[in-house]
Amino acid sequence: MKSLGSIRRSFAPWNDPDAKPYIVFENVTKRFGDFTAVNNLSLKIYEREFFALLGASGCGKSTLLRMLAGFDEPTAGRILLDGQDLRGIPPYRRPVNMMFQSYALFPHMTVEANIAFGLKQEGMAKADIEKRVAEMLKLVKLERFAKRKPHQLSGGQRQRVALARSVAKRPKVLLLDEPLGALDKKLREETQFELMDQQQELGLTFVVVTHDQEEAMTMADRIAIMDKGEVMQVATPAEVYEAPSSRFVAGFVGNVNMIEGTVSGRENGVARISDGNGLTIKAENIGDAAAGSAVAFAIRPEKIKVSSRKPDDPGVNVVEGEIYDIAYLGDMTVYHVKLADGQVVKASALNASRITDDPLTWNDRAFISFRPDAGVVLTR
Amino acid sequence: MNARWSPFNVASVTLGLAFLYLPIVILIIFSFNESRLVTVWAGFSTKWYVSLFSNRGLIDAAWVTLRVALISASIATVLGTLAAITLTRYTRFRGRVLFSGMVFAPLVMPEVITGLSLLLLFVAIGLDRGFLTVTLAHITFSMCFVAVVVQSRLLTFDRSLEEAAMDLGAPPVKTFFQVTLPVILPAIISGWMLAFTLSLDDLVIASFTSGPGATTLPMKIYSQVRLGVTPEINAACTILIAVVALGVIAASLVNKRREIQRLRDEQMAQRGA
Repeated sequence: MKSLGSIRRSFAPWNDPDAKPYIVFENVTKRFGDFTAVNNLSLKIYEREFFALLGASGCGKSTLLRMLAGFDEPTAGRILLDGQDLRGIPPYRRPVNMMFQSYALFPHMTVEANIAFGLKQEGMAKADIEKRVAEMLKLVKLERFAKRKPHQLSGGQRQRVALARSVAKRPKVLLLDEPLGALDKKLREETQFELMDQQQELGLTFVVVTHDQEEAMTMADRIAIMDKGEVMQVATPAEVYEAPSSRFVAGFVGNVNMIEGTVSGRENGVARISDGNGLTIKAENIGDAAAGSAVAFAIRPEKIKVSSRKPDDPGVNVVEGEIYDIAYLGDMTVYHVKLADGQVVKASALNASRITDDPLTWNDRAFISFRPDAGVVLTR
Repeated sequence: MNARWSPFNVASVTLGLAFLYLPIVILIIFSFNESRLVTVWAGFSTKWYVSLFSNRGLIDAAWVTLRVALISASIATVLGTLAAITLTRYTRFRGRVLFSGMVFAPLVMPEVITGLSLLLLFVAIGLDRGFLTVTLAHITFSMCFVAVVVQSRLLTFDRSLEEAAMDLGAPPVKTFFQVTLPVILPAIISGWMLAFTLSLDDLVIASFTSGPGATTLPMKIYSQVRLGVTPEINAACTILIAVVALGVIAASLVNKRREIQRLRDEQMAQRGA
């Protein structure tokens, strides 16, 4: 079975035409004065999905989350949760809870009291509150810290208290605003997996806002890439990486080589793209690019091979160049190869073995090669 | 080491401290003077402290001062806090600049002017001068100090705390009392203490707005001093100094201990204990 990326997903309600979306943004626009934070945006999120909103700061992703939580109302359009229009419902009556970027733990309350806060507002019986708090402490492995105040906890522990507090009420949807932004790199990587496990365990719908693409790729079932208040692409991490829909998405997620050119001919699903400076390549995945149109061939560095000998497979694209820069990173080596027309192409090679029989050095003549289906042709 | 005690350093520190504290030390020493003459030492005695407590006038004045300070500080704290919240939270209402200017004007207004204008107002509306008018006057001028203190705390207040409370189901009023108020409480308490001490030692405004039967301690001391300083006054001042010093020392000790505790807690947390 062929598939994009390296994982097989069994949970994919977005491919099921009968599945009912759980959260729907319908032509939502949000303006602050003259500034348009979110522009006529539509989006569907399914139950139990781990959904990530990914974008640079100021792209409107946080505004989207705040509208869902009820801190901001859309200027136009509507937001539906489980079929119910959320307009006019204040944050304290919405069945969603949020985990804040700063965690927003109440500094004057113990860990226990922080977790119990939401339950008390519901008017839950005292015994039930105690039971639920104990359950939550166990979930985040903080039983021993129940009586501590937030300032007596480390960053990772605070993050877990914030999570426990926001899921204590068993919300239908949990919103996470840069949930791991305040943690250091190592802790962040561990916590990513913890969060995924907890989402599975609780069976909740998670909507997470992040600017960290690795975080989004690791955790999310689907990612919405946002730019200037609009959604550029909504897809699984593998699709976003291997089949970006536009130059912006290709450039935003991971490293990419963008070979600009025009389609000089197409037959049997294979296009010839010429950059006008003597470089012509064959490309599959041409989509709706018509002959004569300006396109970009986007190809990831790890899909390009570099060698000192010319590969003799006639099916692949081979271009001659010169090694311009080398970065040895341990697990892989990145080569910058300057082609005859002056453009520099990045290629990375996994150092799968310790010893190589084709070592390259600066200013070597070298050949880059890639299969026609190793990249995608982008018209936007 | 750079921190050597050069003669210059020693001299400047000694002179500086002497300039600040010598008058107070002299006042304290002469409060234990046997003689009735303030400037002539005639042996140690505590008799002026005894006679102080039988001086009805001074005791009454102290009592009036205390009540005025307690009441005015409390009301000023409520009003000042409300003003601070309005000014930090509702940043776009009409006349905000004017309002904030009016709230903070008494900070820079000469006391004589505040006192005189309040006097004119009380006369104009026919309010008899006395306990009520002093208290009102003190509320008016100390409110802005509370507002400044509370406002500076609110500016650094993390609004997401309130959002979190609302997100967890607390309506705005509950959010205010369960989250906002406890978090800014230390600032409100300092505001109250500031208002309290301002009211305690105010002479100018009290002189304008007070009436018969509502003489405050500073007024009383001032009027007695005009007839000549008695060691009794020295004794009264020494008690005031002692009370203030004890308060300051206690507050700083508590702060210090809390700081040490906080550092220890944080270290413990970092070690992942």
